[in-house]
Amino acid sequence: MNPTKQVNQNTNQNPDQGKLLQTDASPEISFKAVNKSFARLDGYEKVTGRVAFGADISKYRQIYAVNVLSPLAHAKIMQIDLSQAMKVPGFTAAATAADVPGSNSMFGRFPVLAAEEVKFIGDGVAVIAAETREAAVLAASLVKVTYRELPAVLTVKEALAPEAPRVHPDLEDNHIEHSHHKMYSGNVETGFSQADIILERDYTTGFAYTGYIEPEAVAVYPDPGRNGIVIEGTIQNPYSVRENVAAALGVPMNHVRVIQTAIGGSFGGKDESVIVMAARCAVLAAKTRRPVKMVLSREESSRIGGKRHPYFSHYRIGATRDGTITAIEDTVYAQGGAYNKQAMFLNWRGSVHAAGPYRIPHVKTDIYGVYTHTLYGTAYRGFSAPQLVFAVESLIDELAEACRLDPLEFRLRNCLKPGDTIPSGQTLDPEKMPANLREILLAVTDKTGFKKKWQENRIRAIQPGHQNLKQLTPQQLSGIGLSATYRGAGLGGEGLDTGAAVLTLDRDGYLNIQSSSTEMGQGIRTAHAQIAAEVLGISMDRVSFSPTDTSITLDAGPTVASRGILSGGNAVKIAAEKIRARLASAAVEILGCTRNPHPSRNGGKEALEFSNDTVYLSACPENSISLTELAMECHRNRGIPLTAQGWFTPEPEKLDHATGQGNAYPTYLFGAAVAEITLDPGTGKISVKKITAAYELGRAVNPDIVIGQLTGSIMQGLGYGIMEEIDVRSGALQTLNFDEYMLPGVMDLPEVDILLYETDSNVGPYGAKGIGEIGIELIAPAIANAFFNATGRRIRELPLNFERALLGKALR
Amino acid sequence: MCSNHDNHDNHDNHDNHDNRRRHNHDHRQIGAAAEHYSAEQNTVPGQLFPLTLTVNGHLQQLSVRADERLLDVLRERLGLLGTKEGCGIGECGACTVIMDGKKVNSCMVLAAQAHNSSILTIEGVEEPDGTLHPLQEAFIEAGAVQCGFCIPGMVLSGYDLLARRPDPTEEEIKQAISGNLCRCTGYRQIIDAVKLAGRKMRNGGNDED
Ligand code: FES
Ligand code: FES
Repeated sequence: MNPTKQVNQNTNQNPDQGKLLQTDASPEISFKAVNKSFARLDGYEKVTGRVAFGADISKYRQIYAVNVLSPLAHAKIMQIDLSQAMKVPGFTAAATAADVPGSNSMFGRFPVLAAEEVKFIGDGVAVIAAETREAAVLAASLVKVTYRELPAVLTVKEALAPEAPRVHPDLEDNHIEHSHHKMYSGNVETGFSQADIILERDYTTGFAYTGYIEPEAVAVYPDPGRNGIVIEGTIQNPYSVRENVAAALGVPMNHVRVIQTAIGGSFGGKDESVIVMAARCAVLAAKTRRPVKMVLSREESSRIGGKRHPYFSHYRIGATRDGTITAIEDTVYAQGGAYNKQAMFLNWRGSVHAAGPYRIPHVKTDIYGVYTHTLYGTAYRGFSAPQLVFAVESLIDELAEACRLDPLEFRLRNCLKPGDTIPSGQTLDPEKMPANLREILLAVTDKTGFKKKWQENRIRAIQPGHQNLKQLTPQQLSGIGLSATYRGAGLGGEGLDTGAAVLTLDRDGYLNIQSSSTEMGQGIRTAHAQIAAEVLGISMDRVSFSPTDTSITLDAGPTVASRGILSGGNAVKIAAEKIRARLASAAVEILGCTRNPHPSRNGGKEALEFSNDTVYLSACPENSISLTELAMECHRNRGIPLTAQGWFTPEPEKLDHATGQGNAYPTYLFGAAVAEITLDPGTGKISVKKITAAYELGRAVNPDIVIGQLTGSIMQGLGYGIMEEIDVRSGALQTLNFDEYMLPGVMDLPEVDILLYETDSNVGPYGAKGIGEIGIELIAPAIANAFFNATGRRIRELPLNFERALLGKALR
Repeated sequence: MCSNHDNHDNHDNHDNHDNRRRHNHDHRQIGAAAEHYSAEQNTVPGQLFPLTLTVNGHLQQLSVRADERLLDVLRERLGLLGTKEGCGIGECGACTVIMDGKKVNSCMVLAAQAHNSSILTIEGVEEPDGTLHPLQEAFIEAGAVQCGFCIPGMVLSGYDLLARRPDPTEEEIKQAISGNLCRCTGYRQIIDAVKLAGRKMRNGGNDED
């Protein structure tokens, strides 16, 4: 039996949250700094408005850059006429593909500026700089580009048709390179032959916009010191920006210095778009030797920024009459758009998750990525899970219905348990992976009275007359729906999951952290500070951070995949432990004791205790020295360096590419959610009344921050489920601003009840696995299942907006 | 400190997503600097007009272009960068400031409309010595801050509400911030922060109107 514990409940502000966490299922674990709701370290600068975001950076003599974007999905560029633009007073410089000094093909085939042809509406053709933003906007509008329009492929279907125009003519067809991932286990035909019931279904999800409230902004200026350039901005992954811009300029990477400003939300999105912006501004800065600033309007951000990939999923699933799943087979297409930096990783993760958190002996999954002449897909929170969990969890409900079991019973019968083997062949080692999905499913359903409500609604929905919505009230159209998931922690086999940090204890006993993980609002710095504080017994107000700056912080890859805690946090812990060991070596001499060389053999007690900014003998707490004195002593008299590097490199996880077999991720998180809704039969509006969700996350380093991450994710999942839709008819984006692209507002907030389950695992620091993403993926399927429960109708396409709710299809 | 606005009970009917859909195409002309210069215009409007206004208690006399928005005046002329631009069309509330005691989206106010007005921005909410307003403390304590981009607007919406309703209900708080979008927090902790601030202020934790 695994020591899981449920730690806290409601997101209603609860000053006792930190205390509640102490009632640990493993009471011998007690923490000093971790597992407590400390206030964020960046709270002060953010509530006062002092913090600087990208648009807040200004440099003396800066010029303003504005993009000239393609209005066509696919066209040959015949001529670019700058003559009118150059007459605008204040015009300073222009750049086209011909001005790119280095490589014009960045990672994922993104050009700095399109050279021969444009491949989507929003592709950059030129960039204009002027003394004022207004002049640059005007000049950009006067650039005359002559195009010869070419046939475009706007959908996956068109892209895969025989003889379809190719998005990248050097490729054989429109399949994205290395994006086909497989997960084959058992033999699906055997599995289907054992099934009494077989369902075949299609599910569709569209593009979705990250919708961060801060549009992208960068300031790029010549570096006086070394003939290079400096880039500041709203950059999620500074090292990717550095590498790509260096290649575009044709200079070594250390000639490009990237400094991250505060980021007003990213969720994976401030990646490709800011790389492209930084590269364009860098070309202009190199050309003019002046600082260049580019701030996107919301409309430009919508046009240029990446979106969540649409998924088209075809599933076939079989079960015996008693409700045991025997086989699942799925073919999934991800629409990648014109350029691609993600599909090969995205679909890899997708292949691991496509069969859901269930014990299924025979699995065959094929996921493909496809180029189209449209907006491109980026790494938006969840990274294939929001799409696939919607599909699988809708499918599981449909299969339960076909087996005449309620959705809970069916899931309990099939869900993964400790010791089970997932389709990749990896066993959920009960020591490392508690896999308490059953417990979680029971918790969310008990708490909501799921079974009873579900049955009452279901009986009502099959009454004659229930199909005539207009005669019903919203109360008669209430529904409850369930969903479940599991999610690989960190990058797993997507790439090497390194984390890096350098910690310096100053001689006054204050600590500075240089972390390779970037702060985007998720609170990673506060969590890292807590990890360091746990090791060193230092108080939180003594911890500061260096800015994320490629000339200071270490390159340990991008801050993605919820890995800031797992790998970044481990790196901080390793560095802090090194400093602690050095301090201890001095302290034992000063305090006159011998160091216990084998603390584990001595009742687990270390000779020294680090706590409250003090170091003391465990056996004799009066015999102590303050951290300040000890640090000073190390610096002044002993020459002990109190700077240490932590570099965390996990075992690489690997899957065999031909079959998908192998260890996919070091560990998994589990979750389940219940959505309760009503439907307004007049308008088709779905009101989400309550979300009850439970997550197994290893350890909550900072419970308040965890609850904030999960609540924010749940609201994004709600938007994805019922509101957010990108209209790309004819390739042109219709939803350019927040009047047309509907983000959830506070009026859409349901009651949210979050249950956290902590478990001890040895992978992340203090067991923490990272919760940046898992909150989002359960919500849309839980709502879709609740909609079925309310109406008896199944909608297999997101979002469940007014039209789909009333008519079952979108009005186009 | 800056308490120079009238108490007023007239509730603005704030948008939620249902009516956001309907009414906004006309706003596009006014906002979104990058969108509203037409190709026929051949010169940048350059003529300057005198503008007088009080910002955070300081009288300012400036020369501005006719097409400048209050948001541009605050950010670019006065360097008050705490006021943010998220949409430019009155949808997100990141640019919220208080003008003559009324909450406005500063992207939707032309500079000329702010002539002789008194403006409170996020920079004027704290005490001159940097002591935080109870609202600001409450945002930190309630865990209501993530990326922080929406926060100045949220704080000012909360400020406007608590000036009128010292002990607001949950529903009143939701109404008050319904014009402010936040993509990070899911709003729960922001609502809690406004509640907590109300408690602090009623308990004499800080100065009130
Ligand atoms: S920037 Fe003014 S409301 Fe969005
Ligand atoms: S905290 Fe990021 S938008 Fe609100």
